[in-house]
Amino acid sequence: MPTDQLTPVFSALADPTRRAILARLMDGEANVNELSAPFAMSQPAISRHLKVLEQAGLISRSRRATARLSHLEAQPLREATAWLVRYREYWDESFERLDSLLANLQDDPAG
Amino acid sequence: MGKAMTMSKAEIIAEPGIPQIIMSREFAAPRELLFRAYTETELLKQWLGPRRLTMIVDEYDVRDGGRWRYIHRDTDGAEYGFHGVFHGTPSLEDGIVQTFEFEGMPGHVELGTVTFEQRGDKTIVRSNEVYQSVEDRDAAMESGMEGGVHEGNERLDELLARMRQ
Repeated sequence: MPTDQLTPVFSALADPTRRAILARLMDGEANVNELSAPFAMSQPAISRHLKVLEQAGLISRSRRATARLSHLEAQPLREATAWLVRYREYWDESFERLDSLLANLQDDPAG
Repeated sequence: MGKAMTMSKAEIIAEPGIPQIIMSREFAAPRELLFRAYTETELLKQWLGPRRLTMIVDEYDVRDGGRWRYIHRDTDGAEYGFHGVFHGTPSLEDGIVQTFEFEGMPGHVELGTVTFEQRGDKTIVRSNEVYQSVEDRDAAMESGMEGGVHEGNERLDELLARMRQ
């Protein structure tokens, strides 16, 4: 599982709104109007989330008449297996704590 | 989300079918400080593991053949113990080589190497973990973390479970 492929997937999945959009798309394709309905968020904001999901390969978009429909793409999610999501979460949070600790140590070398 | 400074993300490489995880991460600090953060107990327990887990260091004997053991305790009181041995004397030049065993999966041992490369005023920390099997690699995180999964991940797990059907 090459990192290059997974990094945008994990970044895309890190956001709760985007996870909710994916969950909605599991019930079938939808346009931006339908996707923004559950959120207190403008359509342009939802469109930006859709763009991130599309760039990560998690959704694809097509036009039907005037509506632009989003579809879920399953493969990248299958590759981002649960254990690796947890591994990343464990280390990303640890390393963020380490960033803070290092900043404090450099202010006060005695630690 | 909403961090005061821009945090770099760890690079993680985990190839399918190969029982190894390679990780690298850049830090805005000299490598001497990183080495201290990895080897001094009082510092280690301030950063290793998610915030919701309390870290209790039972022993951490940083020398060739020295034993280490720590416990992650979650907010429900569930404990996850880990132990292993240092191989070679940990140093800035050679890094840290240690075995790692989750006490919930006795007999499954991982060999880890962490190195610290100074690059200007930053340090690149590299970690190379080798497991006895791909199953061990994938199970290590699953079993070690099941006590307290974030809501976001629970939702993601549900999503993944539904996609596997």
